[in-house]
Amino acid sequence: MTELAQPDVAAVRDEATALSTQPAPPQQPVRGVARTARYAWRRLTSMRTALLLLSLLALAAIPGTLLPQRGLNPVKVDDYIAAHPQLGPALDRLSMFDVFAAPWFAAIYLLLFISLIGCLVPRIRLHLRALRRRPPAAPRNLLRLTASARWSVDASPDDVVRAGREVLRRARWRADVHDGDGDGGVSVAAEKGYLRETGNLVFHVALVALLAGIALGGLFGYKGTVLVVEGQAFANVRSSYDVFEPSRLYSDSSLAPFSFSLDQFRATYQPDGTPSTFDALVRYSARPGAAVSTHHVEVNHPLHASGANVYLVGHGYALHIRVRDPHGRLVYDSATPFLPDTAMFASHGVVKVPDGLPHQLGLTGFFYPTFVSTPAGPDSAYPALRDPVLLLAAWQGDLGLERTAQSVYSLPVASLKHLANAELSPGQSWRLPDGSRVSFVGVDQWATFQVAHDPGKKLMLVAAVFIVAGLLLSLRIRRRRFWMRAAPAPAGTDGGRTVVEAAGLARTDSDRFAAEFAELLQRVGAPPPSAPQED
Amino acid sequence: MPGTSIDLGLAHVSDRLLFWAVLAYAVSMLGYAAEFAFDRRSARGVDSARGMSRSRRAGTVAVVLTVAGWLLHVGSVTTRGLSVHRVPWGNMYEFSSMVSLVAVTVFLVLLTRQPVRFLGLFVMAPVVLYLGLAGTVLYANAGPLVPALNSYWIKIHVVAAITASGAFMVSGVLTVLYLLKERWERRAVSIGPGAAAVVEVGTPPAEEVPVRRRGGLLAWLPEAARLDRLAYGVVSFAFPIWTFAIIAGAIWAEQAWSRAWGWDPKETWSFITWLAYAAYLHARATAGWRGRRAAVLSLIGFGCLMVDYYVVNTVITGLHSYAGVS
Repeated sequence: MTELAQPDVAAVRDEATALSTQPAPPQQPVRGVARTARYAWRRLTSMRTALLLLSLLALAAIPGTLLPQRGLNPVKVDDYIAAHPQLGPALDRLSMFDVFAAPWFAAIYLLLFISLIGCLVPRIRLHLRALRRRPPAAPRNLLRLTASARWSVDASPDDVVRAGREVLRRARWRADVHDGDGDGGVSVAAEKGYLRETGNLVFHVALVALLAGIALGGLFGYKGTVLVVEGQAFANVRSSYDVFEPSRLYSDSSLAPFSFSLDQFRATYQPDGTPSTFDALVRYSARPGAAVSTHHVEVNHPLHASGANVYLVGHGYALHIRVRDPHGRLVYDSATPFLPDTAMFASHGVVKVPDGLPHQLGLTGFFYPTFVSTPAGPDSAYPALRDPVLLLAAWQGDLGLERTAQSVYSLPVASLKHLANAELSPGQSWRLPDGSRVSFVGVDQWATFQVAHDPGKKLMLVAAVFIVAGLLLSLRIRRRRFWMRAAPAPAGTDGGRTVVEAAGLARTDSDRFAAEFAELLQRVGAPPPSAPQED
Repeated sequence: MPGTSIDLGLAHVSDRLLFWAVLAYAVSMLGYAAEFAFDRRSARGVDSARGMSRSRRAGTVAVVLTVAGWLLHVGSVTTRGLSVHRVPWGNMYEFSSMVSLVAVTVFLVLLTRQPVRFLGLFVMAPVVLYLGLAGTVLYANAGPLVPALNSYWIKIHVVAAITASGAFMVSGVLTVLYLLKERWERRAVSIGPGAAAVVEVGTPPAEEVPVRRRGGLLAWLPEAARLDRLAYGVVSFAFPIWTFAIIAGAIWAEQAWSRAWGWDPKETWSFITWLAYAAYLHARATAGWRGRRAAVLSLIGFGCLMVDYYVVNTVITGLHSYAGVS
């Protein structure tokens, strides 16, 4: 990343200016496998390969944005495969629906990181050596550099050079005097901007740390979602979750024993029904018996629960329904979550009453928080509770709960006997033909929470800070060199005076360096620019 | 959170201010064009003294107009923000307006440091087009934010994204100019000075020297090497900011959506953009890739940025669907 800006100064491309990152060519020929391996390794760690892999990674990511992805929306993937019976399965075999988890995608970024590490290690060694070493001595012929000057003074060569070094050091250059620099001359060699390479290396090392952080989260983290109705509680054990996704090396012991209950959920909306705010009021306890504290969990404000974060990810209505048998005995009394189907929260749900009645009873319901009648049927016109209406259908028969695992949101109506339908508002109740009574007590709300624990997060954050800092240093700092040589004027030409030559070299941004060089010349005692300045 | 009452009067003022800003930019563009035209005439020897002073005057007027347009533009953005009681970058219209504002700002800042007035024409042209597009196709009425955007991270993440994008726009312009000039220089060298070989076969001989006529605007531009350095300078300013924008976005996503990175299309395309510019920075330090090839990578990066904003927001649905365009 740091090479010479001026390709025309081949004359000074010696030790003083060489800073190629390519490993040096092999000293002695090595035979067979070792040679091939060494060749391959050199190829892999070259800048050209890095360039290729960067481009390849970018290309590889594109299909992940054009095709539906399982990680984002599995339903869409199934739809796509169904719609393209030929192409779909073929793409699936190529992991095109899991691009970012695909082996070929991993291969590219792992190669990129191997190449990066292989490039970084020698460069770090080189840079550490450069940091310890004195700035490289002045090239023989300073005046061949683009930025150079020559003038003469009365002071002795020694004084000129030492004064020059002081000036440079004060300007925070690393400056060093080289005595006996041919022809009885003395020279000062100075360099500035080492932080550029430091930043560059820090940036790339931080990238590796970021990848390590991601890996850590992927190996030891977990996440899960849970639906909690107002007034109910959640305890952080695996069985409490509706969906739980452990990572590869997860163990149940990494679940912190916290719990929380949802006291109240509140959503506010714009007049057109788009949401304005969501707010879940929870009471949280870090472990059984610990102090209980109250928190507002909002969309951008997760609850920090001993190492894990609790996010508010969804909400809906839970309908409080009571069922009494013909004798008035309570057989069902619960707030049942309904799932929203539209942005206006037209929702559907199921109530199952397996016990307490002569026959098992099932209710399928549609709920509209703001009921409207449209040509296409009943609908909701607004997501808040303005005119809540519950449409219920009652079914009798064997719900089949013992035989098969089934969703709490569906009912096997095909095998059931339809009893009756009703339209209820909160507070109303409905007598079924067999004399039992269904009451719509009221509407509660539920919220879904995602609990996520990512042990790599801290490392990732630290890496991110260093990524930005390293990048800023490596792109904003300019590395440049400055040399000054003073020698007694050859006898006869300028009797007893001292000839001073100075030159500078910037690896980047030579536009700005020209001005800096001119200023430096002034400060080390060169005559103003109107005086002869060669080249 | 205030935001229920939208000051429609103020929103209207914002729209009018933007209209006047675009007008000022458009006229300043003419000014830069006139500067070039007078400059060419004087270079060709057609009343050179008067041409010189006219050219300088046209350039000065153009810069004054750009500054005036910039002030109106700032006014438009500010009143928009005040009218809706929030940051003025909540949908694509507002975002585009902000990006253009940053592009003009980058140009004006560059102008205070280096002689880059030649850029005026080439920055103003896309800015006027972009604002025209923003004000018509992408326009969204003043309204409050959806809850997911309601976080202080919108100030950090989106400001960084806007700043980087505006700067990338300027570097994109510079890169295109570099590529044109580089080609012009190569041809000028290959035919040798004064030769008329550029004239296509069968073209009747013109009165002027054909080389000059064909390369009018390009001849007037600074040398390719300087354009390349300028473009690199702007990218090296924008790239760390873009990196920061992605990181800030990840931190915000971690708070809002419970994961720092989820390969949402917007995230993925901003990552692709990042990779393309990273490739450009590496290419500039790789033998055989410097110059033209690196420049092409930079333009690919800019292309990815455009996909990131326009294709992702309007065609692909993802979590970042806040376009406000229906």
